[in-house]
Amino acid sequence: MKAAVIRFPGSNCDQDAVLALTELGVPTDYVWHKETSLEGYDLVILPGGFSYGDYLRCGAIARFSPIMKAIKDHAAAGKLTMGICNGFQILCEAGLLPGALIRNRSLHFVCQHQHVRVEDISNPFLNLGQTGGLLRIPIAHGEGSYTADPATLRELNHKGRVLLRYTDAIGAATDAANPNGSAENIAGICNEARNVFGLMPHPERACDPRLGSNDGRIIFESILTTLGFLKAA
Amino acid sequence: MSAEPAITPELVAKHGLTPDEYERIKTILKREPNFTELGIFSVMWSEHCSYKNSKNELRKFPTTGERVLVKAGEENAGVIDIGDGWAIAFKMESHNHPSAVEPFQGAATGVGGIIRDIFTMGARPVFSLNSLRFGPITGDGASVKTNRRLFAGVVAGISHYGNCIGIPTIGGEVYFDESYNGNPLVNVFNLGILKHEQIARGAAKGVGNPVFYVGAETGRDGLAGAAFASRDLTEESKEDRPAVQVGDPFREKLLLEACLELLATDAVAGIQDMGAAGLTCSTCETASRGGTGVEIDLAKVPQRETGMTPYETMLSESQERMLIIVKKGHEQTVVDIFEKWDLPYAEVGVVNDDGMMRVRDHGKIVVEIPARQLADEAPLYSREAKAKPTPPQLDLAKLPATDNHAALLALLSHPSIASKNWVYRQYDHTVRAGTMTLPGSDAAVFLVREANKILAATSDCNALYCSLDPRQGARIAIAEAARNLACSGATPVAVTDNLNFGNPHNPENFWQLRECVEGLAEGCNAFDTPVTGGNVSLYNQSPAGAIDPTPTVGMVGLIEEEKHVTTSYFKAPGDAILLIGGFGDELGASHFLTVVHGQKVGPVPALDFAKERAMHDGLRALIKSRLIKSAHDLSEGGLAVALAESSLTHPNPPAQPLGAVIELGDTGLRLDQLLFNETQGRVVISVKPTDVATVLMLLELRGIVAKKIGTVGGDLLKITVGGETLAWPLSELKSAWYDSIAHAMHA
Repeated sequence: MKAAVIRFPGSNCDQDAVLALTELGVPTDYVWHKETSLEGYDLVILPGGFSYGDYLRCGAIARFSPIMKAIKDHAAAGKLTMGICNGFQILCEAGLLPGALIRNRSLHFVCQHQHVRVEDISNPFLNLGQTGGLLRIPIAHGEGSYTADPATLRELNHKGRVLLRYTDAIGAATDAANPNGSAENIAGICNEARNVFGLMPHPERACDPRLGSNDGRIIFESILTTLGFLKAA
Repeated sequence: MSAEPAITPELVAKHGLTPDEYERIKTILKREPNFTELGIFSVMWSEHCSYKNSKNELRKFPTTGERVLVKAGEENAGVIDIGDGWAIAFKMESHNHPSAVEPFQGAATGVGGIIRDIFTMGARPVFSLNSLRFGPITGDGASVKTNRRLFAGVVAGISHYGNCIGIPTIGGEVYFDESYNGNPLVNVFNLGILKHEQIARGAAKGVGNPVFYVGAETGRDGLAGAAFASRDLTEESKEDRPAVQVGDPFREKLLLEACLELLATDAVAGIQDMGAAGLTCSTCETASRGGTGVEIDLAKVPQRETGMTPYETMLSESQERMLIIVKKGHEQTVVDIFEKWDLPYAEVGVVNDDGMMRVRDHGKIVVEIPARQLADEAPLYSREAKAKPTPPQLDLAKLPATDNHAALLALLSHPSIASKNWVYRQYDHTVRAGTMTLPGSDAAVFLVREANKILAATSDCNALYCSLDPRQGARIAIAEAARNLACSGATPVAVTDNLNFGNPHNPENFWQLRECVEGLAEGCNAFDTPVTGGNVSLYNQSPAGAIDPTPTVGMVGLIEEEKHVTTSYFKAPGDAILLIGGFGDELGASHFLTVVHGQKVGPVPALDFAKERAMHDGLRALIKSRLIKSAHDLSEGGLAVALAESSLTHPNPPAQPLGAVIELGDTGLRLDQLLFNETQGRVVISVKPTDVATVLMLLELRGIVAKKIGTVGGDLLKITVGGETLAWPLSELKSAWYDSIAHAMHA
């Protein structure tokens, strides 16, 4: 298999994502945003950062990058696509995921290790996890408050498309444990076809026990298992 | 274009140049300077660029050592060998004046500037620290409101720039004291990693090589900022807002990637960032270092405004710009890379052999100055120094007894000691996936994956000590930094410093500067940590007076193995708590006296370098033997604060609480003296109960005083002394300590 990490101008978690995949043995390329093809890639990651400086609105300019058509085609073909942080924002702006990510409730950027609860494992991104299981993964964003209209939220809940929720250390999705004011503590969602995943936490920063958490690997290993690169245990 | 103003004595004075300096300029030029040339001399000979008032003092620092690859002052930042062909470049720099008038942009561009200094060396920046000081943020009154605004603005500015560019801010310090009312200190530190062969030089080598301007267009922002930074802050300083630059971290991120991509090719002969004094500084310094001349034409410089005069273009401090000397024949490489990153670039000139910095405007010569004399031969001054009178000393017999239970809560909730989570949670401290120790421990610890090296870094300065005894305060700043590194399992390798002082024309201020420099030099010699560079910021005074002398120390260390990384917080109930270095008894200059009694009195604690270093060596040996579970140094607030912090700071605490039961026996000291004294050379450690005897024996063999004082566990911090017991529920300590700054900011 082969993975692509898209490089928008202002992406700054691209190197971390490439490293996380490379350390798992996955051949991974940077793909510059001016490219127009994703031929031959099984997995596409839109990394975190501040694409185009996030000057207009997070992800609002990146959705017009030349590579976006190839990303849409890749997703439409049912291939795996994951947007992390700014990547999640871009997927929402591009219409590949519903809803939007707005300014944190505190109006401050927030960076911390955060507990998130796995809400669903019937998807390619968390199939090695346990429903209700907790992951501790860093978050780092100023605009991570997930918002959507009531009908969309109902649909997401009904179809098991909320994949991660923010919780406290014992797994309760309380308001106090909500770091940014996201609707229903939502930290990550997938599309209806379950092949496009957007999340605010940074699993690529939690792939090495030396950094205090290894929990992000469940996400990468689930993907690699889905793609047959890793054998299911 | 209007005619340039005539050069009058008033105009010369307005440019901050003395009549003697003006005569010297005429001697160098063998004629009168024109207006643009006057402006150029004014910024190059400002304290900020020339260190004319401090250079004679800075020469006292040790700057050599077996690890030093690039010495202090040689280039934009020093470079230190860390083994296996890898090196680090690091430096600290101030943005105090800009932050005083425009905190958000002032701090943001400070971060941008220090990051450029690092990648100019060919290094990839991997983490930042910062050392911040403000007036008090608690209480009422106009100055408190101003201080909150400055503090919030500075933190937001650092967060904005650092987060966007994707370099983690992983540690630092923040203090609050009246002496910084109206004159905050913003000292920012960055460290980058590179291979030995990647060291880039800021020299204009190779006559005939083209000179490229790359990065953002030049505008009128930051005009003569270096000269602005070399004056006192006054009521009118806000009119200097145009001297503050505007930062664009997105542009800098592109510039960083483009420059590192270019430096990886064989196209670059020399590279220099445009920081203070912009195009002026970069052209004359590269020519001076190269022993060459540089000639540019301003008509070719990318500009974002029309009608800029040569004076404005040469003195602009627009951000995110670099000057690159390209090897002839490699021009297309530059073009390809900067086209790819959508950044402006232009060939603006050429390296020549006549030693002149020559600037043309549409071909017409507007500036012609011998580069070396401009860049390196600014006048140097040894100012008059006069010792300050000895400050009042503590009379312990007259110090009233206080409620010690309340005193610990008061110390923990004082913003200088309280948790800085309100600050560091606004900084992305986990990007680049290398942060091994989260902010809030004794030192920041970072794994540089590409080099497989573990680095520790800390910034320290107790300015209260420095105000009461500048030399001793500076010595302690070095010792504390080294102690913080030792507690983290690191061996110190080098130091960068940021000297923040008042106006050097005041003899007492100059004496403080001299004493602090000599104290730092003593410390650096004692710990074998050469100074690799740094920054001097004088004129830190508002109408209320000068700041407390603040020689901020940034120290970097190496940790050999992952398993040596040690953190400050208790790990497990049942572990034994040991105090290394004795109970101490020096209450002078303590935060207890300041916070609880409102007294800033001496004497500053004693310091014995040999004893201190022996303790660090002993601690590191225990860490390497894997006998230590946590280590936390005693600093502001003494033993009681160190114990509380060890109980409170676990980032992912286990289910069972990590309180402590402490039994101190009869020490013969007053209780407040025992709990809060700041005697140096002390550390609280926790070890497995079965290792206590071994640890005590190993320390004793090295002649280091240590004692078991208690056990980790329970939901109280309980301290028994003689017949008296004090107990604080952890929840009470935590609420005093954790949310104190947030409460102050939302008051």
